[in-house]
Amino acid sequence: MRKDSITVKRRRPMDTFLVAAIYISASLSVLLLLGIIGYVFIKGIRTVSLSFLTTVTSALNQTVGILGNIVNTLYIIVITLLIATPLGVGAAIYLNEYAKPGKLVGMIEFTTETLSGIPSIIFGLFGMVFFGETLGLGYSILTGALTLTLMVLPLITRNTQEALRTVPDSYRSGALGMGAAKWYMIRTILLPSSLSGIVTGVILAIGRIVGESAALLFTAGSAYRLPKFTESAAGNIGKMFRKIMDPGGTLTIELYLRMQKGEYDVAFGVGCVLIVIVLGINLLTKAAANKLRPVK
Amino acid sequence: MKSETNASVIGNRKNKAVVETVAQIIFTICALFAILAVISITLYMIASGTPAIFQVGPKEILFGTVWAPTAAEPRFGILYVILTSVIGTFMAILLGVPVGILTAVFLAEVAPKKLAMAVKPAVELLAGIPSVVYGLLGIYLLGPAMYKLEKLVFAGSKTHQYTGGANLLSAVIVLAVMILPTVINISETSIRAVQPGIKAASLALGASHIQTIFRSILPAAKSGIMTAVVLGVGRAIGEAMAITLVSGSSVNPPLPFHSVRFLTTAIVSEMGYAAVGSTHRNMLFTIGLVLFAFIMLINVVLSRILKKGGAKR
Repeated sequence: MRKDSITVKRRRPMDTFLVAAIYISASLSVLLLLGIIGYVFIKGIRTVSLSFLTTVTSALNQTVGILGNIVNTLYIIVITLLIATPLGVGAAIYLNEYAKPGKLVGMIEFTTETLSGIPSIIFGLFGMVFFGETLGLGYSILTGALTLTLMVLPLITRNTQEALRTVPDSYRSGALGMGAAKWYMIRTILLPSSLSGIVTGVILAIGRIVGESAALLFTAGSAYRLPKFTESAAGNIGKMFRKIMDPGGTLTIELYLRMQKGEYDVAFGVGCVLIVIVLGINLLTKAAANKLRPVK
Repeated sequence: MKSETNASVIGNRKNKAVVETVAQIIFTICALFAILAVISITLYMIASGTPAIFQVGPKEILFGTVWAPTAAEPRFGILYVILTSVIGTFMAILLGVPVGILTAVFLAEVAPKKLAMAVKPAVELLAGIPSVVYGLLGIYLLGPAMYKLEKLVFAGSKTHQYTGGANLLSAVIVLAVMILPTVINISETSIRAVQPGIKAASLALGASHIQTIFRSILPAAKSGIMTAVVLGVGRAIGEAMAITLVSGSSVNPPLPFHSVRFLTTAIVSEMGYAAVGSTHRNMLFTIGLVLFAFIMLINVVLSRILKKGGAKR
């Protein structure tokens, strides 16, 4: 066959080079990824035990544990979501159902974008000054949760908005045409049909809260102890509520402090727990997106 | 619930109207919250960032190279801190973006479907890993390796101050890895969104697959890729906890083997001991304000790109 025949593929050195670059980059990314997850998991799993998860670090009892941090993390997740979910869903409903396109909507969407782009350290500074000092909440779980509320708000708003958009207009006109008022229509038709989007947003928000550290270091502080429970139930409930005003470090903060002190075993233990949580959240998001699809 | 019956189809008209108005007002307030938050963050950043500018003077702050906040005669120059953030971010982008885009090309165009389906969730997972975990690996694995490299490079040097592996280069590598998921995810989505006609036309004209990717598909996905890069810049410049320990602990000119301070790491590592009301603490807020200015700039650039990309469609 002649060399310049059209049936002969011309070799392009540039193509070979680029293909090689693509394969190298892709394998680098994948290896890094598996390496990071695998290394932290394997290195940390040795530290993780039942007592690591269920005790508080104490020199007296000679225990090293992260129960206090787990509880703090849960507190912050619950309080943040209690505030952020209604706000975010409400904002999405306004943007999708009430607002007419114009300057105000543009402003709201731009600020929502801006909020999601602000780095957590800035949220931390703002939370420390505004919630901590101006409102006088000090270093407390509540300060941390309020700060994180601002951070996760865009996530919930955007996911709810997207879900609302997928609800067909015929649902709206059907409900309104039958004489339902707007709020009634939103409550009984739109919200149930867009539940999957709301749930996805909430789960993503949990992921963000669990992984957050810079915004919490100067707002929620780094305490790791649990309130001492007594016999009386009323007193215990009171203590559980008062804990909101106490400082409390989450898992990530504990990891940071341990690694600062060079206690890498504990740090990897916490890291392992975090990775398992992140994995779980990832799977949950997928499940939520698949299972709770709007009714057809 | 009483309001429920009122809002029903055959409900009392007057109450219904009240409920409707109240609902609308509540939703409007929820929506205005984002604006309120951004305005108050901006005002507070400016309010807490400016006192130090008056105390120290803008020239000393922006062009001073000596950072000695706790010295007898304190100096508050943050030129090197700003430069570190800018150059560190730039280097991280230089390292991370090509790898990220090529990985996205691999996932969207080259890889068999099954492989892509397996890799994609893993990349998404990587985006969710807490930044402190990256920091932990940086200090535990990268640090010692970097120290070895440092000893090799500066074997004969007598003037070099050893950093023990905590230097700009380590921080840049950590940042580059951290922006990978963002760059990969967004680039891949935009590559997949390119109209199939463009690819078909290019192939029909006799271009090879690789030529098609680099000459037709990537240019068509430009706005999405630009978005990915800008988001990567935002993530890198704003990252704090992952690089606090691996970047070292003193303010130096941003050279690869120098122990450096970023805008973010300066705040994290000094806020704990800066006395309330002191110029030192005020300066840390000024550093925060500088970072905030960078982020706002990035946001404006981003919304421009998004608008442009949207207009083209």
